[in-house]
Amino acid sequence: MSGIAVSTTINGDEVEYLCQAEETLLDVLRDRLGLTGAKEGCGTGDCGACSVILDGRLVCSCLVLGAEAQGARVETIEGMAQGDTLHPLQTKFLEHAALQCGVCTPGFLMAAKALLDANPDPTEEEIRFGLAGNLCRCTGYDKIVRAVQDAAREMNGG
Amino acid sequence: MSFDATYHDQIYKSVGTRPVRPDGVDKVTGRARYGADFNMPGQLVGRILRSPHAHARIVSIDTARAEALKGVKAVVTAADLPDLSDGDQSHYDLLDNCMARTKAFYDGHAVAAVAAIDAQTARKALKLIEVDYEVLPHVVDVDEAVQPSAPVLHDTIFTGGVEPKPTTPSNVAARAEFGHGDVDAGFEDADFIVERSFKTEQTHQGYIEPHACVASVNPDGTAELWVCTQGHFVYRQKCAELLGMDVSKLRVTSSEIGGGFGGKTHVWMEPVALALSRKAGRPVKLVMSRDEVFRASGPTSATSVDVKIGARQDGRITAASAELRYSCGPYADIWAELGAMTSFACYDLENVNTVGYEVLVNRPKTAAYRAPSAPMAAFAVESAIDELAQKLGIDPVAFRIKNAAREGTRSSYGPVYGPIGIGPTLEAAQTHAHMQAPLGPNQGRGMACGFWFNFGGQTCTDLNVNSDGTVTLAVGTVDVGGARASLSLVAAEELGIPYETVKTVVADTATLGYNDMTDGSRGTFSSSMATISSARNAIEVMRNRAALMWDISIEDVVWEDGQAKAIGSTHDNLAPLSIKEIAEASGKTGGPIAGHSEMVADGAGVSFATHICDVEVDPETGGTKILRYTVIQDAGKAVHPDYVEGQYQGGAAQGIGWALNEEYVYGQDGRLQNPGFLDYRIPVCSDLPMIDTQILEIPNPNHPYGVRGVGETSIVPPLAAIANAVSNAVGVRMTHIPMSPPRILAALDAQPTA
Repeated sequence: MSGIAVSTTINGDEVEYLCQAEETLLDVLRDRLGLTGAKEGCGTGDCGACSVILDGRLVCSCLVLGAEAQGARVETIEGMAQGDTLHPLQTKFLEHAALQCGVCTPGFLMAAKALLDANPDPTEEEIRFGLAGNLCRCTGYDKIVRAVQDAAREMNGG
Repeated sequence: MSFDATYHDQIYKSVGTRPVRPDGVDKVTGRARYGADFNMPGQLVGRILRSPHAHARIVSIDTARAEALKGVKAVVTAADLPDLSDGDQSHYDLLDNCMARTKAFYDGHAVAAVAAIDAQTARKALKLIEVDYEVLPHVVDVDEAVQPSAPVLHDTIFTGGVEPKPTTPSNVAARAEFGHGDVDAGFEDADFIVERSFKTEQTHQGYIEPHACVASVNPDGTAELWVCTQGHFVYRQKCAELLGMDVSKLRVTSSEIGGGFGGKTHVWMEPVALALSRKAGRPVKLVMSRDEVFRASGPTSATSVDVKIGARQDGRITAASAELRYSCGPYADIWAELGAMTSFACYDLENVNTVGYEVLVNRPKTAAYRAPSAPMAAFAVESAIDELAQKLGIDPVAFRIKNAAREGTRSSYGPVYGPIGIGPTLEAAQTHAHMQAPLGPNQGRGMACGFWFNFGGQTCTDLNVNSDGTVTLAVGTVDVGGARASLSLVAAEELGIPYETVKTVVADTATLGYNDMTDGSRGTFSSSMATISSARNAIEVMRNRAALMWDISIEDVVWEDGQAKAIGSTHDNLAPLSIKEIAEASGKTGGPIAGHSEMVADGAGVSFATHICDVEVDPETGGTKILRYTVIQDAGKAVHPDYVEGQYQGGAAQGIGWALNEEYVYGQDGRLQNPGFLDYRIPVCSDLPMIDTQILEIPNPNHPYGVRGVGETSIVPPLAAIANAVSNAVGVRMTHIPMSPPRILAALDAQPTA
């Protein structure tokens, strides 16, 4: 059982690992690298709880193979805050109580970041469609949408 | 010291504010540890083999080839989980559901499990287990299962609650009846009667975090279990009973929980994980896939309900009756009974009768789902109430107000109500701007009411005043949606100190006394009551310490604004002692300062809500869009209004999914056809509008701050509110949930053309 050697960049740090051919990026992040912020809610790309940003593109890490991260830049929830300074989206999720159980929150934050990176001033409808790949069962999405709206406002200078 | 739980009106400093939750930063940075985020040294990977058949006798299981596979450390079957039930049927059923003993009762029923060094080996091992099944006829539909011709699941079950005792076994496990008055006479008095039958399909709680645990059994018989659960004390109790362990030897730690909604109140594979660890002598991690969650955890009942309601021309209901058939999966429970109790709980009725039938089918064991059983009963009743109002030519809100239960009403399920919120929520709906908003073509508005009992239960908290005057509050109710913030607010309020100086944690089973689980909307209600009691006990200690420090009588010390103050003219010169000063001196005044509380938190106030919903139905596709949604609910007292609103919004969203789209689809072979989030589609962000909320506060007289549970009632009205809205939009009464596009098109097609 020989592994595939992968060199990649995760949250700005160079990382090397061995993985099996069938292992997903999510498996690697969680089981080999101890980055358990991304969650497995379905394993089929339907819930978005495992969302990470791969070379600037939002992906479900359960649908990416670990081997595919070779030479890529991976951003995960663990790299969202800069030191002890939370990203405005993280702050607004807390202020707006945009999480209840919180298990979908890392995925939502990655999806919201990818959305605002591409569209800094989205309408409510654009936010709702931008986050439609992420399931939340607790909140009814109301407070999540409001938190993203408020974060966008703040990031655009208020 | 005896605890006075009576409500007293007061001005709050902390309660009612909206601070950031204490566990928040962990949850936005990915640091919070959920069930699958924990590992132990030497841990093995567990996997479960599940029946592909809906109903089959297990003739034999051969595990030899799996056991021989390199890297496999243990294989268990029912033989490794001996029957210790000693005549206790519910114990036996729980054990049988965790691991099938003689028959597999549903597609997904566990039949064997393995623990191996990695997931790949575990998967291979499952394929090497040979199970010889004798496939039996099955039944999955609740109405088919009650027919005399239906395959019978258990030849040992005879319908309970029926006299004389039946002589033939049946899938109807039990009958339960509630009500008062004379419904026949009441219907005689009616000028108008509505009589209809309704069906709802089976839905799943749909928590995003699958069940997960790590079990570790030591050679000396002690064990640890890390698990996502709504009640770690209950899991400890059940696992210990099923495995024949001393309760004290099993320490259970609840992880952060990624949603439960009732589904994590029962043990599923945790006893299996412990059995694997016991056999392998190593820790075992067992995590369900989403497919397993759908097939083998506990969805809600599928139901079939007949309702009859009569009223006089003046708008007064004269009689109401309902017959309810609820699926239980393969094991008897009280789901229909709960439906029968809640059906007419919103109304003041002279003559009412409800009968519930618990129906066994070849589907997974039904579990609680947020106000379990109430939404389906409310769908039937509130649809019929709406139709009756239309027949009478009375506004549906006014009709409900005229018949609403109030303080002193004898409820349809027995007890007499204290102060309740059904009238006020209806009156708030009547004057709400939503009710006056214009509607366009193909649009309709609906409204409906809902009720839930709420629960109190066994509760224990420890409140420790640290040496710097900050406070650590240990509670035993799992925090499913922000309760730690609410309980910190309550401790801060009672002690008169800032919220930021209180840290609330959920203690494990070895460090705190027994707590019932977080169900029945009891988490904040019961633990806040125990927290207030703990805080008052700690204040008593601190008054004593201050008296000691001042060398005066405790009678001359009062506690105000987080300080001990000396009262009386002889103590004018004594400056108040802050909690910090008293805490810092505690080593010299008698040692650590703490307040404890152990109680049965009685007096959970019943809860009511009224929802209003606007929809637009596309007559070409049958698709329904929710345009506007308003939730009005009594909270008693909203401790942290953000999380109260969150409960209202979340329940409404789950109800919207249930009403329009979610259902278990079984094939002719009795196998679940849609065990995944692609084909079992829960609402996504783009499906919903903002969900407006209005919190009413009618104090619960049995809680010091007037708190009522708020978590469950919000899922009760949506099925009916949306069905009423769709019915008004399309001009056809919708009687089958979910109202998916094919069902709406079929209902439209069945209409005679104008």
